[in-house]
Amino acid sequence: MTAFAALLSKDLRVELRTLRSLPAMALFAVTAFVIFRFGLDRTSLDGELAAGVLVPTLLFAALLAINRLFVAEREEGGFDLVRLAPVDRTVLFAAKASALVIYLVVLELIAVPIFALFFLDSASGLLPFALVLLLANIGLAATGTVISTIATMSSARDLLAPLILLPLLVPLVIAAAGAGEHLLAEGGPDYGRFGTWLGLLGLYDLIFLLVGYATFDFLLDD
Amino acid sequence: MMERTVVGGQGPPAEGSRAAPSEAERALEPAIELVGLRKDFGDRTALEGLDLRVGQGASLAVLGPNGSGKSTLLRILAGLLRPSGGEVSVLGCSLPKETHRLRGRVGYLGHEPLLYRDLSPRENLQLAAALHGIEPNTAGPRIDALLAAVGMRNRENDRVAELSAGMKQRIDICRAALHEPELFLLDEPDAHLDAEARRRIAPLVAAGNGTTRVVVSHERGAVTEAADFVLELG
Repeated sequence: MTAFAALLSKDLRVELRTLRSLPAMALFAVTAFVIFRFGLDRTSLDGELAAGVLVPTLLFAALLAINRLFVAEREEGGFDLVRLAPVDRTVLFAAKASALVIYLVVLELIAVPIFALFFLDSASGLLPFALVLLLANIGLAATGTVISTIATMSSARDLLAPLILLPLLVPLVIAAAGAGEHLLAEGGPDYGRFGTWLGLLGLYDLIFLLVGYATFDFLLDD
Repeated sequence: MMERTVVGGQGPPAEGSRAAPSEAERALEPAIELVGLRKDFGDRTALEGLDLRVGQGASLAVLGPNGSGKSTLLRILAGLLRPSGGEVSVLGCSLPKETHRLRGRVGYLGHEPLLYRDLSPRENLQLAAALHGIEPNTAGPRIDALLAAVGMRNRENDRVAELSAGMKQRIDICRAALHEPELFLLDEPDAHLDAEARRRIAPLVAAGNGTTRVVVSHERGAVTEAADFVLELG
């Protein structure tokens, strides 16, 4: 087993065993949908409002996992394990980001159908929107992993992660919500600027994957 | 057993405080060589002016009271902490510049076990084996042998969180020895262990046959008796 596979399977096994992140993320998202339903006093959403509810809810749910991403590494010596081993330290970045993408996909498999049930008249835009969410997940995972590593080294980690992360995620939210606005439009999906938003998300992913790859080794230094 | 204080931990090294190396020592490339090592944490100096030379296959005991810099020294030797000044060479690698060359060659046992609490001892050792690039067909029998040697085969599938402190220590020693390191850096390896467990782990982390050993302890006893040299800090 490669170091990447070993670290990734460790994270997934621990999550399956302890259920520390995923249930909290799903519960947060569903609770937020209920609050929006009563707060907006609407039984149906479309276009920018639908995207404006769905994308930030998923983002805030993701923060729960991002805050917990390196807890075991910090408290149980995982950072030292990787630093002592003859492996490229970026393997930890890759494993953590991959684990986060998997958590987000599982969250969306639970939360998006519930969102559709609560608010959408037609689910025809959800299939192309899945591609948008997948690209957004990669960007969110790359950025979240880097920021979570930085925050882990600080005593104010719970505050630091969202404070640094949320401004960095603004372009990603704009692109995901922009795509969602057209895909979840009343009367069915509109693909007019679909390619532009996907391109923007892809560029964001590329930049933050490269940033993570280039900086992670230094972030793990003492 | 020859026992001597190599150099004081604080302040500049005392002139002639280190005994002249033997012929055997001179013949060997040193496993560890420190010249004027200093480590600061902000305004506080943990180590200053530390000189040390340990030959390959030798065993060094580091003694000192709490806060004297013993664990800091061990983390610097493992490449986990950057020295603030001086020269550090471990297994021929100049630290921190060549830390990457040192990775995988050191068996480090820290204050706290480097074990994931929600994994079993076997899963923790399998993870460590994968990180050290040990093939599963080699790692499996090696893990079996280590777990048997420390008397943990009957608890190998329990979660580490459910184990006693002594059991965690035994598993962590297996983790440190798993990749057959050239240098053991052991911080209080006997902590939490009963006499039977100490007897079991001793051969797993022994010096000799090219394996060098540095053991940190806050008191004299079995650690110093088994050491070729003693370094007193603080």
